[in-house]
Amino acid sequence: MSDIKPGLRLKSVVCDTEAMVIKYSGDEGISCGGAPMIDAKAEAPEKGTASDGFSDGSLVGKRYVDADDTMELLCVKPGAGSMSVGDTLLVEKSAKSLPSSD
Amino acid sequence: MNIAMLLQMAAETFPERVALTSSGTHYTYGEIYSAAQKAAQDFSESGCEYVSVLDVSSAAVPIALFGAGIAGVPYVPLNYRLAADELKDLLERISPVYLITNDDQKQLVEGADIKKLSSTDRFLDFVLSGENIEIEAAEGGESVAVQLFTSGTTGKPKAAILRHENLVSYILGSVEFMAADEEQANLVTVPPYHIAGISAVLSSFYAGRRIVQLPNFSPEQWVELCESQSVSNAFVVPTMLSRVMEHIEGLEVKPALTSLKAVAYGGGKMPINIIKLALIAFPHVNFTNAYGLTETSSTIAVLDPDDHREANSSDDPEIHRRLGSVGKPLPSVEIEIRDDEGNVMGHNHAGEIYVRGPQVSGEYLERDAKDGDGWFPTRDAGFIDEDGYLFLSGRADDVIVRGGENISPGEIEEVLLAHDDVTDAMVLGIPSDEWGESVVAVVVLAPGVDVHIADLQAMVRDKLRSSRVPEQILFEKELPYNEMGKLIRRQIKALFL
Repeated sequence: MSDIKPGLRLKSVVCDTEAMVIKYSGDEGISCGGAPMIDAKAEAPEKGTASDGFSDGSLVGKRYVDADDTMELLCVKPGAGSMSVGDTLLVEKSAKSLPSSD
Repeated sequence: MNIAMLLQMAAETFPERVALTSSGTHYTYGEIYSAAQKAAQDFSESGCEYVSVLDVSSAAVPIALFGAGIAGVPYVPLNYRLAADELKDLLERISPVYLITNDDQKQLVEGADIKKLSSTDRFLDFVLSGENIEIEAAEGGESVAVQLFTSGTTGKPKAAILRHENLVSYILGSVEFMAADEEQANLVTVPPYHIAGISAVLSSFYAGRRIVQLPNFSPEQWVELCESQSVSNAFVVPTMLSRVMEHIEGLEVKPALTSLKAVAYGGGKMPINIIKLALIAFPHVNFTNAYGLTETSSTIAVLDPDDHREANSSDDPEIHRRLGSVGKPLPSVEIEIRDDEGNVMGHNHAGEIYVRGPQVSGEYLERDAKDGDGWFPTRDAGFIDEDGYLFLSGRADDVIVRGGENISPGEIEEVLLAHDDVTDAMVLGIPSDEWGESVVAVVVLAPGVDVHIADLQAMVRDKLRSSRVPEQILFEKELPYNEMGKLIRRQIKALFL
């Protein structure tokens, strides 16, 4: 996909994973389960299967980032595939523990 | 991203979990989401450009908030305590509007363009019944999610705007999705037209923590709901906590409040003696002081439970005084103290508090108050100590400039309040031909005592210096506070003009 921008909702073509783009810069597409993710509004092709090495799963409510912190995705629907940029897996953004203030 | 996504995620993950308890009725995340979608459709069909709730807390509050988000129109809760002519002005400023209210003052709606007027009960009946519909949410992002009118304690209410991206940044940066157990419950007593009322809905829904609403605060009901609803978390403004402490003091059998794990407070200055009493009365409770503003999507700094315990038990005055601090900035925001010329101040030097970060909107409908680098001047005055703790010392606008000298009312108020017979005090500047501004004070005395003005003036002269001595001191029965515990300064100023 070429026009990835914050606010876009992506879905996996190999599992149930869906993610909102929070931050994005660069021109590489985002994959899930080893296959490029598509606009969540687009017609889904027949489901494939997650490739080896990209099947640890995505957890709802977790934010996923790349090592350079140039992109961030919020997983809004869990699935069996792991998100990546090319072959590089995105990693869970560590949560800071703040006391609930409201 | 749209704030409604936060609700959608909760509804898809735990549709059957109870999201809200209001007047004894439970609503699940699934029900609230489905109601918000129906509400969104009705908002869109009405042709409104704003959605407003003019009422106390009810299920209509989260439904209208998220529904407006889905429909892509700003949600504007209005303060039901305002006088009719004030409300009329505000309604004209948010026309054309879809208005949800149980207020039957017909004169309110004259002059405003009301696209649809619905009572709260009728609105709830409508959105909570019938077939589910699926509506695609508006994009969110840079569009306005919430518009809040400031309390107007110093002048005409300003329309602060919070964009979807501001609120979503705040939630994603400070709340872990579904981190709460199903047993947890958050007692919400702040009114729905306050930023703390908005952030309570967003934070609790995203954390999966059930909200228990208490529409009209009373200390008796607060304690009763804590016990009957097994409340684990609560947010209070300082006046609420002091009324709860007073109420408990008078009870023969003290409530244990065993389920209560965390109390956050904010919205005004907490008297040190009240928080100390609370720490002693409820050693099992984690207290958090949360400092934030409408324009910053709520909290920007917190004094956490460990800070409270360390400060309270420390003999070191530098550490002990942190009980009166608002803590450290959230990791996602930056805070600076600047002087009048914009220079960044070092530790322990007071100036105006500036804040920057993705949750900071710093915008009013009329203008963007942020500078070119994204810094928002809060108009709050304060300083940061060596260890990074932020202390507030009043509003920057309250600084009195007497003969070219900057005087903080707070330091004089502290001296006056140290007098055994003084229960409340406020110091302010009034126009003076000789000095530009001169220092005056309003003092509330304990019942049945007499204090000489000259004695109070002497105290200030001894503790501070002669330029700080109030030229006039008036005695009043009480100071005027609004329902959030904020002093209504313009009313006090009027006593001298």
